[in-house]
Formats: sequence, structure tokens, C-alpha cells
Amino acid sequence: MSLKDKAAVVGVGATQYYKRGQSVPQTPLEMAGKAMLAALDDAGLAVDDVDGLALYSFGLGGDTSLFAQTMGIPEVRFTAMLTGGGGGAAGSVGLAAAAIDSGMATTVVSLMTLQQAVSRFGTSYAPRGKPGAQYSASPSPEKDFASPAGLMGPGQMFAVLAMRHMHLYGTQREHFAEVAISQRENAIKRETSLMQVPLTLDDYFNARLIAEPLCLFDFCLECDGAVAVVTTTLDRAQDLRQPPVKVTASAHGGHGRWGQAITWMNMPDEYFVSSGHRPVAQRLWDMAGMTEADVDVALLYDHFSPMVIMQLEDYGFCPIGEGGRFVADGNIRYGTGSIPVNTHGGNLSEAYIIGMTHVKEAVEQLRGTAVNQVADAEVALVTGGPASIPTSSLLLTR
Amino acid sequence: MTTPITPADEPMAKLPPAELIHLTPDVFTVHFWDAAREHRLVVPRCTSCGTYRFPPSAFCFVCRTQDVEYVEQSGRGTLYSYTVAWHPLLPDVSESVPYIPAVVELPDTGGVRLIANLVDVRPSEVRIGMDLELVWRDVHDDVTVPTFRPA
Repeated sequence: MSLKDKAAVVGVGATQYYKRGQSVPQTPLEMAGKAMLAALDDAGLAVDDVDGLALYSFGLGGDTSLFAQTMGIPEVRFTAMLTGGGGGAAGSVGLAAAAIDSGMATTVVSLMTLQQAVSRFGTSYAPRGKPGAQYSASPSPEKDFASPAGLMGPGQMFAVLAMRHMHLYGTQREHFAEVAISQRENAIKRETSLMQVPLTLDDYFNARLIAEPLCLFDFCLECDGAVAVVTTTLDRAQDLRQPPVKVTASAHGGHGRWGQAITWMNMPDEYFVSSGHRPVAQRLWDMAGMTEADVDVALLYDHFSPMVIMQLEDYGFCPIGEGGRFVADGNIRYGTGSIPVNTHGGNLSEAYIIGMTHVKEAVEQLRGTAVNQVADAEVALVTGGPASIPTSSLLLTR
Repeated sequence: MTTPITPADEPMAKLPPAELIHLTPDVFTVHFWDAAREHRLVVPRCTSCGTYRFPPSAFCFVCRTQDVEYVEQSGRGTLYSYTVAWHPLLPDVSESVPYIPAVVELPDTGGVRLIANLVDVRPSEVRIGMDLELVWRDVHDDVTVPTFRPA
């Protein structure tokens, strides 16, 4: 028994994407509402149909209570949020499917809203600093073992994993560059993308190093915006405005001793250099009865380019350690590669809404309406952020 | 092996500023920090099954025993991985780059790793696997943190 093919994504919607802080004076909750209304309109549904919220990382721009009273949701029958942060992006839609499969709700909205006008995720582990400084870390006994060394942001932390990947496997900065450059190629064909100029290898190597080996273009964008996804029963999905996109499998979690991952750095050696996704990937394939060979397009959470490479390994597209050479051989390019990756441009070049744009792109690929449409796409893989547990993933099919 | 991009006049590694360093120990971690003030590096080991755990915490992750003994370490370590912070993420560290947050594995602990800065080294000289030795950094009157330099 599983949730395989019991629910379908029937609507996706988004606000405009903004560079960090430029969505002001809209409020986060206002953007969340706009994204939900857009997704419901896409589906041919209304607020009166919504009875559930399946979330991750506080993506409503407020609590369910405030959102429901503001939007006038008639009755909330399910409201839950995956623990953790961006790792739960893809898994929030799996949570929606679980709610639907269990009978607790019928039409469930997953949402991510982001506004970085005040605090920046890029310095989310920074100490408080001088009085009045607006950084987001609250002190904890565990952070005492990381922050005195000046680890202040996720980029610096993932750089530590990338550095060891290079050491163990001979991965090169050129390989990270290929992730950034290929995704930029995809982004510049889309009106919604914040980045509209091609990226060259010279641009990449001339960019400032932020946390060696990562330079500016290995980092995702810093954005504002909201993206919503509507999931309902497969039966109901048959009669709506869009062709149903089935939730064929979803999994979240990870090894317990992956734990806090990049903020503690004591993960077991056997999977220290990984995305943390390996057990999640295995459960995803088991639930679906599929493998990576069945996937037509992969939307892999790309906060930092090396983590795309590690996910390609962890989902089995190439052997462990071969991810760098796999991308260098052109395998992730749209149009020519064996597995097109982040056809929307991803967090690196379209917009960073903590991974929800990846779900939207997967749905559009399976409807056949994507800008960079993969011909006859039938199976799309979506992943949540490599991060502390849970990580998550989602397999959508036409 | 990576080819670091480093300036021609490559500086020695610096350190994050002391004013950013504040500790908030709890009942489990305070022994580590108290020992650090005395320039002793200690790691808790389960009194039941002998598993080292780090950071110090309430339970052994293998046998769930709570009791620990604190085992003093030699101060030797091996560089497991690192990054070089070239770009100041905050204005507060603009005078402190480049600094090197490193992950240092302690021998004979079952793989316990500390996150600590590397000192007395230029970024381009750093190699994963290099032998390191402990150098205590007295940050404030009541705060001392470990750093490491090439052995």
C-alpha cells in the first residue's frame, strides 16, 4: 500500500519573481494568497474547494490560522508542515498526496513564499554581530561548534562538501561551471527568469570567489516571490481544466546520522560527500517501481552547483564520484543531453523560491507546455534541497 | 586536486573577529568549553559502549546511555575538508578575510570532527589530509576556541 498514483497536481501558480527585497510593499502573506489564487485559477478551482495545506519551511508567509482567515478557506481539514527547511520542497507535494490518500482532505495547497527584504538566507547562520544588525541566527549550544570558525552561510558550508568531492574524485571547477552555464542557457529563453544574459566560462572564472571552491555563479539567486501547487484526488483531477499530473511517488527523510548535515559536519564518512538523498532516492524508486532510466526531465534543487552533481550521483544517473565528468560530457544539457536538468533555469538562474519553481516546471513539462519542452516528457523527478534532514523528492508522471 | 585562485600577494589566513564569537553552552556542552578555557581538548565518550560523540549531547547515539567520561585529546588532527572564505558575508568580517573554516578529524575517536579555523598557513598551502596540531585561541576572558595549524 502506498500513495502511488492516488493524487494529481492540477494547478500551479506564481507571483512575479523579484530580486531580493523588491517585492516590497507587498507582504509575504499577500504574495502567498496571490500565488494560491493563480494556482486555483490554473486548475479551474476556487478557494471554496481548498480543505488542506501541506507545507515546508514556513512557506505560507504566516501561520495557517492567519492565512485561512484572510483567504476565507471554508474549512481546514488538514494542515501540516514537514520539519526542516528547503529539504522539504518536493516532499510538501508528497505530504499533500498523503493527506488526500488518507482521506483527511481532498484538495490541498502547497506553497512557498519568500521575501528577503530584511534577513538573508545567505547569512542565515551568522552571529548577531553589532547591535542593530539584522542577521538571522539565534544562538544554540550546537551552533557554538560551528559559528566561531566563521561558518555563517549555507554556501560556505556546502563549499566544504564540494572541496572534499574534488579531493576524492577529481571533480573540477569546470564541472561546477557546466551546471551554472547549462542552466543559464535554459533560463535566458524564459521571460520569467531573473537572469537573461548568457554565462560564459570566462565570466565564471572571472567571478569573485565567495567560499572556495565556490564563486558567485555557483550560488543561487536571492529572490522574493511565491509559488503554489494544488493537489487533489485522481478522480477529481479528471474533470478539471488541466490534464492531471499524477503523484506517482514521493519520499522524505534521510539517514538519522545525516542529521544536521552541513552545520555539524559529523556525518558518517561513507556518505559525508553526498546530497543526503540516497535513502530517499531508493524509497522513491521503490514506491514508483521505476528507476532513473525512466526519468525524462530532472528538476534538481540547485542552491549550489556542486549539489546538482551530487544528486545526479545519489539518484543513480551516474556512479558515485562521476558526477563532475557526467555533466562535463554534456549529459544535463537541454536538447542534447541524456537527462535534461533544470530546464527552467533553476534556483541559479530563473528564481530562487526555495525549490517550488522546480515543481511548477515539472508540471508544465508533463502538460507539454514548458518553455524548454522536453519532447514527450512522461516522467519528471523533482528534489528538495540537499540540507539537514529531511531531504525529499517527488516523481510526477503524465 | 583543486587549483585555488589566489592573489599574487597571497595573505596568511586570518580569523573571524572576536566580537562575533559568543557561546551559549548547555549542561552537556559546558564541560567542553570549560576545559577549553584551561587549554584542554576533551571529547565525551560513552561509559557503556565506548562510542565518542560530538558535539556533546544527552545520549549515546549507539546505545542511548547518558553517562560519559571526558577523554583528553592529544591535539593532533587531520584535515578532512575546508573552505576559504574570500568574500565577507557580513560587513563585520570585511577585515577578516580570507579565513579558513576547516573540518578537522581527531585520531582515535571513531571519526569525531571539529569545525575550527586553520592558522599559520596560506590558503594555497592547504591540502586535505594534511596533519594538523591544535592552537588555542583565547577569544575573550571567558571564551577559548580551538584552531589548528600545519603540524
